[in-house]
Parts: sequence; structure tokens; C-alpha cells
Amino acid sequence: MADLTRLTAAELSQKLQAREISSVDVTRAHLDRIAAVDGDIHAFLHVSSAALATAADVDTRRGDGEKLGPLAGVPIAIKDVLCTFDMPSTAGSKILEGWVPPYDATVVRKLREAHLVPLGKTNMDEFAMGSSTEHSAFGPTHNPWDLDRIPGGSGGGSAAAVAAYEAPLALGSDTGGSIRQPAAVTGSVGVKPTYGGVSRYGAIALASSLDQVGPVTRTVLDAALLHDVIGGYDPRDSTSLKDPWPSFADAARTGARDRSLKGVRVGVVKQLNGDGFQVGVRDRFAESLEVLAAAGAEIVEVSAPNFEYAIAAYYLILPAEASSNLAKFDSVRFGLRVNPKGGGTVEDVMAATREAGFGPEVKRRIILGTYALSAGYYDAYYGSAQKVRTLIQRDFDAAFERADVLISPAAPTTAFKLGEKLEDPLAMYLNDVTTIPANLAGIPGMGLPMGLAPEDGLPTGIQLMAPARADVRLYSVGAALEALLEDRWGHTLISQAPELAVAR
Amino acid sequence: MSEITNDQVSHLANLARIALTPEEIDKLTGELGVIIDSIAKVSEVATADVPATSHPIRLVNVFRPDVPGPTLTAKQALAGAPEHDGSRFKVSAILGEEQ
Repeated sequence: MADLTRLTAAELSQKLQAREISSVDVTRAHLDRIAAVDGDIHAFLHVSSAALATAADVDTRRGDGEKLGPLAGVPIAIKDVLCTFDMPSTAGSKILEGWVPPYDATVVRKLREAHLVPLGKTNMDEFAMGSSTEHSAFGPTHNPWDLDRIPGGSGGGSAAAVAAYEAPLALGSDTGGSIRQPAAVTGSVGVKPTYGGVSRYGAIALASSLDQVGPVTRTVLDAALLHDVIGGYDPRDSTSLKDPWPSFADAARTGARDRSLKGVRVGVVKQLNGDGFQVGVRDRFAESLEVLAAAGAEIVEVSAPNFEYAIAAYYLILPAEASSNLAKFDSVRFGLRVNPKGGGTVEDVMAATREAGFGPEVKRRIILGTYALSAGYYDAYYGSAQKVRTLIQRDFDAAFERADVLISPAAPTTAFKLGEKLEDPLAMYLNDVTTIPANLAGIPGMGLPMGLAPEDGLPTGIQLMAPARADVRLYSVGAALEALLEDRWGHTLISQAPELAVAR
Repeated sequence: MSEITNDQVSHLANLARIALTPEEIDKLTGELGVIIDSIAKVSEVATADVPATSHPIRLVNVFRPDVPGPTLTAKQALAGAPEHDGSRFKVSAILGEEQ
């Protein structure tokens, strides 16, 4: 049998529905792959012991003639920020080590109801704070393209899992680029939906006005298929949108089939390119623009002058919201408890627990957020950042008057070396320059491969952005661009990744 | 240059209930100074005529009918607690001796 781990979720779906393969076959192949390569990659914090039983159950249902969804029987990896009642959910933090939530996140419940097979939980920067997965309390994930390099973050585990063929699908969460930036540096695809398009219930909150859960995959169609499963209104999330959503899979299929962008206005954001971007990233981006233009797209340059202030606003809003969200880790109801020497009051216990349970980046952001929210500083910092948010939304509104989708590189560089930016928080924060504006404005964005940088042979990613609620445009344009680029290369980008050493 | 001092970081750590070590306070004082200098630029464009945005998508408050729905059982709610007595979370004293 062909190696089932190399197939896309769409291909697996087809073979499962045709009963050419069973879910047990597919699931076993991926568990074997995890056993073979995850010692080097460290994409997973936990591998499910129930996966084969779940797969067998799906096979039985299919055998009994039950009507199943398109992704039934397809395995999936789940970012550890999402609550799962049958697996530990740590968000990459010591303070939650071993914690098994009493409930599922809504997106996880939806996966189970659609009969996908959870494989395990993926590594991440602690509480999703980071761009490299190096802030995980359980050690970093390694980029499958070069094990000495970062897989991006915070969702480096999910991106590395799909890029290393350990899972065809994964879930991520994106607060400032944690789905799109890892996609860029691992040659995979990731989508941050419109804010409110996917439920956040049971997603351990980082910054509630920015967080959004989304798909992590190797192809645009697979992302669309997964988005179709997890999207939609959830009464348990008060920010959930009631909009009806079209089939994203249909949009992706049409986009890939027609390969035409006739009449599509593509806006190039002037501020998200140029100085500070790696040469190979700029070259590949220019090449993608040629491909889009050749397919009939009308390329226009748009200016977003306030994007210059996006990172500054983000690093005020995020720590402010995070410092209050993380107050719940207080040693009382769940998670770690550390009793200080000689005992103490409940507040002493809290302080000792949080000192022992949080890593350096989490402490840094909590203290920064506490400062930004302090009386006397609130207006100057948090208040001003919220105003910048308005200005960035206005920039987007103006840009979308002239363009149907906006594009930029998805990350300014290819994957950097592990350890390279760990001691310089500000340098680490700049990795999200391209992705943060979409979170501040709540609009959807997709990261997908746009080729290898000639100077280092590592993947580069392109970012597509659409107006709020117009996620479908990402899938039609993204699938067309993906198909056109692959036609030009004669192969998929991920097929160029080096073969990993396999443990026996 | 922002004026972040060790005392200030120590006070913030107390507010945030994190028992930072003196070494951590030293390190954070330097790092926060650099970060705050860099992000203070938001005030350059945040003029009085610009309204603040708290949420990216316009929202209204959400209500549901006031009827009980499914909830966690006490056993489920206590399952992850560091310490409990079967029906309640257990914590150490709320007040210290001098309080």
C-alpha cells in the first residue's frame, strides 16, 4: 500500500468513502509516523491512546451504512491550547501540566461529531505567547525542513506535525499570527478565520479580542474542508457570529479548477514588504505577483500608513488582555499549587505557584499588561492602542475599497535558528509584523507556500487577507494561486522537504 | 526613555501575584524599559478625535433565557483541583496572622 501519510485529507477522504482504505489503516500509519519522527520533531506533547479505537468505530459506522461527513475517519492533531476531555490540555505551560479538562472545546466537539480521529495534542509557546515554540515549558518543536530551526509559533507543533506528515490536518489558534507565520516557515497552509467565525469556547484564552481558532494543513482544499467542520455559530461563545457561511471546500475546488483570477483586484500592501524583509522572501513574493497577474488578476498597490503602529498597539492590547485572562491560574480550581516554605495565606500560595508555574515570556507579558492597565497609564497606553486599532481598521476599509483581497509575505524571513532571538524579546515580537494587522481588525487571513528562498532553500509564505466575513475569497483565490504556483514548479512545495531520519 | 524602576516592577509583580526573584526583577526592569519605549509610539497617532475600538467586529451584549442548562457536576468541577474536600475547593488561610 502507498504511504498513507503522504496523502492529503481530501485524498484520504475519497479513499475512505470508496472503502479502498480503512480509518484504522490511516490512523495506524500516522501513529507509526509519529513514533518514527517525533523524537526529532517534538510536535506532540501527548499522543492519544484512543485513536485506533476511535478509528475502528468510524470504520464500523461506515460498514453499517451510516451517513458520514467528508472528513470522517481522517486523523487530526489538536493544538494544546484547546480543551479535550480525554487528553491533557496544558497550553504549553507547567502550571497546567497533566490537567485534563472536564469538557471539550466546541471545535473539538465538532471534530468528534464529524468523526475525525484525534491523534494527540501539539506543542506551542506557553499560552500561545511566542513566534518560535521555544517558549513551550516542554521544550521546542523543530522545523522538519531543518531541525536546527524554529517551526514558527505559537503553533509550531501543529505546523510541524502536518509538514512532517505526522498528521494530514491540525487545529491551531491565531492571536497575532500563530497559525499563519508557522505555515510560512514550514511550507504549509494555515487560516485565521474572521473573528467570531469559529467558536473560542474551550480555547484557553490569550487575548480575547484577538484570538481565533483555525485550520492548519498542507493544502488549501484541506483547510477549507476543515474550516467547514469547525465554523459556525456557538451559543457558548458570546463573540460568535450568526452568519451563514458558504462551503469553503466548494470555493477551493472551484478556484483550483478554474485557475483564473480574471477581474479579481489584488491589493499589495505597501507597508508589508521592502526593507527588513529577506531577499528571497521579496523575490518569491514578486514572482507570485507575476503569477497572479498572468492569471488575470488586477494588481493594485494600497497604502496602510497606520500599520506602522500595529506591533506597538498589539503589544499593549495583548499583554493587557492576557494579564487578566491568566489571573484564573491561581492554584485554587485547577492546575499547579506550590506551597511556599513555612506556609502562608492563599495569596502567598498564588504568588509562589505563579512564580513556579509560568515561564519567562508569560511573566514578561503579565507584568507588561499589568503596567499598561495601571491607573495613570491606562489612557496613554491601553487607551491609545485601542485608538490605533480604529485607525488600522480604517486603513483596511480604504484598502478593500480598491481591492477584493490584499496580499503580503506571510512572514518577513524564513525560519531562523533555534535560540537566535530567544534573549531579545523585541526582535522576537517583530516576526509578526505582517500578521498582526489582521487580528487587530478581525479580518480573515491565510498563509500558504510561495516557494523556497534561493539563499537558504527554506520555505517562504504568502499571506492573503479578505474583508471581515469574506473568508470564502481566501479559499477561491488561495486555491487558484496554489494550483498556478504548483503548475509552474511542477510539484508541491512540501514535496521538496528533506526526508527525515526514521527511528526504528 | 521610560522610567521603569526595580521598585515599580516589584510592585507590579505583587499586583499580578507572582513572587518574582530579585534577579528576575532586575532582568525584567531592563527588558520592560526597552519594550515600553518601543510601544509608546501609539500615542503619536492616538489623537482625541479617534474613537477607541475594543472589539474588531461590532457586538451587542448576548443574553439567553434564564433557565438552567447543562452544567458540570461538582465531581467534574473538582476533578482538576489541587485540593478539595469532596464538595468544595480547599485553600489555605485567606488572612494572615497580623490581619
